[in-house]
Amino acid sequence: MTNSRNLICGVLSFIFATILCANPVLAAEIEVNIAYLGIEEEPHIPLSLVDLPVEDNGIRGAELALKDNVTTGSFLGHKYDLKVAHPESAHLRDTFLNSLNENIRIFIVDLPIKELLEISQLPEAKASLLFNIRAPDDELRNDLCQANTLHILPSRAMLADALAQYLAWKRWYKWILISGQTSVDQAFAKAVRRAAKRFGAKIIDDITWEFKPGARRTDSGHVTEQQVIPSATQTRDYDFAIVADEADHFGEYLSYRTFRPRPVGGTQGLVPTSWHRSHEQWGGTQLQRRFKKLADRDMTPRDYSAWVAMRAIGEAVVKANSGDSSEIRAALFDPNYKLAAFKGVPLTFRTWNGQLRQPILVSGPKALITVSPQRQFLHERSPLDTLGYDLPDSLCQEFSSIE
Amino acid sequence: MNTYIKYFVFSASFASALFIGTMNWASAYSIYVSNEKDNTISVIDSELLEVIHTAEVGERPRGIELSKDKKYLYICASDDDIVEVMDLETYEIVHTLPSGPDPELMVLGPEGKLLYVANEDDNLVTVVDVENRRVVVEIPVGIEPEGLGISPDGKWLVNTSETTNMAHFINLETNQVEYNVLVDTRPRVAQFTADAKQVWVSSEIGGTVAVIDTESHEIIKKIGFEIPGIRPESVQPVGIKISHDQSKVFVALGPAARIGVIDRETLEVVDYLLVGQRVWNLDLSPDGSRVYTTNGVSNDVSVIDVNSLKVLKSIPVGRLPWGVLTREES
Repeated sequence: MTNSRNLICGVLSFIFATILCANPVLAAEIEVNIAYLGIEEEPHIPLSLVDLPVEDNGIRGAELALKDNVTTGSFLGHKYDLKVAHPESAHLRDTFLNSLNENIRIFIVDLPIKELLEISQLPEAKASLLFNIRAPDDELRNDLCQANTLHILPSRAMLADALAQYLAWKRWYKWILISGQTSVDQAFAKAVRRAAKRFGAKIIDDITWEFKPGARRTDSGHVTEQQVIPSATQTRDYDFAIVADEADHFGEYLSYRTFRPRPVGGTQGLVPTSWHRSHEQWGGTQLQRRFKKLADRDMTPRDYSAWVAMRAIGEAVVKANSGDSSEIRAALFDPNYKLAAFKGVPLTFRTWNGQLRQPILVSGPKALITVSPQRQFLHERSPLDTLGYDLPDSLCQEFSSIE
Repeated sequence: MNTYIKYFVFSASFASALFIGTMNWASAYSIYVSNEKDNTISVIDSELLEVIHTAEVGERPRGIELSKDKKYLYICASDDDIVEVMDLETYEIVHTLPSGPDPELMVLGPEGKLLYVANEDDNLVTVVDVENRRVVVEIPVGIEPEGLGISPDGKWLVNTSETTNMAHFINLETNQVEYNVLVDTRPRVAQFTADAKQVWVSSEIGGTVAVIDTESHEIIKKIGFEIPGIRPESVQPVGIKISHDQSKVFVALGPAARIGVIDRETLEVVDYLLVGQRVWNLDLSPDGSRVYTTNGVSNDVSVIDVNSLKVLKSIPVGRLPWGVLTREES
């Protein structure tokens, strides 16, 4: 797998060499070495039979943005090299250290929180720049933040706030919360409870989903779930049911089966997300089409984050005119840094925790419903800071040197 | 001037009654607007300042351009991957031109024979011969080519690429990219000055307009826009038009719902004019006395008086109005 991906990168530089020829004068060549770091794992099998498992989640987005960077770079004398590694988790640390030996300091990190911290907390990683495209954990933006780690994907708090703002706009203030038992489900539920407090909603009933997940193909859920869900959701009246099932064990079963006829959203149903196939505003059509052409499937939120990470690097290289990680880092936090990422506004980084500010899509399964922040929520700095942990709430101390 | 405006307001309100009277002192013209969401072209009469006809066209019409004899309208039907040609007498689509995939914007060469089309999806500028309706050549450019500006002598084509953030200078004798100028994020429109000494390029996400010297290919100035009470990220420059006397430049500022007016001499912003929401593109009237803007979110066209810099009226059109151009009645 790894070899074939390196080959793709070689082919890319060849294709774009034709454009390069048109340029009579080029500045001194700058080399930008980047590694995409994941771990060997089985692809997630979605609960829904409609959704296909995605085998190359994330990396394809990085590849697409690499093409974009290579094109710009070909006009400017900037050369990009992308190494891809998916080691077994036991070998993660060694793979990372080997990359450092190969003079790589910029990493697009496709790892869950535990593995991400295993790398980012290494003393050797101090001078590196890690772009988190997978771990939505709020702790990584707060007490566990690391100065070397920037967060491209939205945190759970940002997602929950994006949904909460829309529900507040709808005046659907009475919620029930149905959460799974895995740690990721509980983490999302925590973000939902925080969002309810921030935006004036009330959680009428906080329900834990206690049924064990069954085989996904058995009866497609329609016999057992039809019996179980109404009784599990029989509560006082409410406006909206929020489901916290990041593990994807039961959330798809809830819509149309709740005791009361009320809509469902959260991790399934009406979902807050960084990217969705339903989104084609602000030139989004182009990114959707370019990605489909490259990967022969639709772009996932992780592909999008990887694309954004790679583009963020590319923009910073152009601004800094350097491939050095510390100069790239400085460019990313420059007040004039603005990233275009098909969200209608320029994206920038929060100086207090390295989180990328971004509008959040709120989408149904087949159509975009809205984009948060909602216009009614104002902020002294940027409306985008009404989502997630703002400067006064932040527990992150590692970034204080930047401001 | 005041009498002109009063007369205009008066004539607009009582337009039908005074139609014959107004015909005597100003030449009539039409304004064409592409409605991206409705798949239509709205035709506005310059005297009535009302939509007098709505023509059905292909999927997602965006860039529009007039043929040299002004009898036909070329329409980028982006989702149909084709350029449609509309007869402006009958409003019928008489034929189509090959355009390459997802055509968005185009510009006609000064001789009226070659049409240059930006293909957003394929990183190409397609050159189409409008007479024998053939693709002559495809020129590879940066990622997501968008804006096209042609020099008055037809020798240089400037193409912007949205993701590459560059203005590419294409020599039209060789069809080769010869110079690349890095501009701010997501460049959109490129516009040559009449003397061909400058190209003005808007950057939607960067929020600036770059004035590029066409001799040195250096940026003379990047002009930013600070509007009291408007957040910087809402300032998204797209359409650019230079007044006929070359003294002023009008820039559409997108979600800021303003037109920025720039003095050509000082390169400073001298005024902001409040128009509709998400103002995208604009065009001058044939006599240069008015500017018409397409306001994508409020679904209307604003009419601006160039001398007084006053917004006179807004005209409801179709959904998501995108491109606009004016044509003198023959």
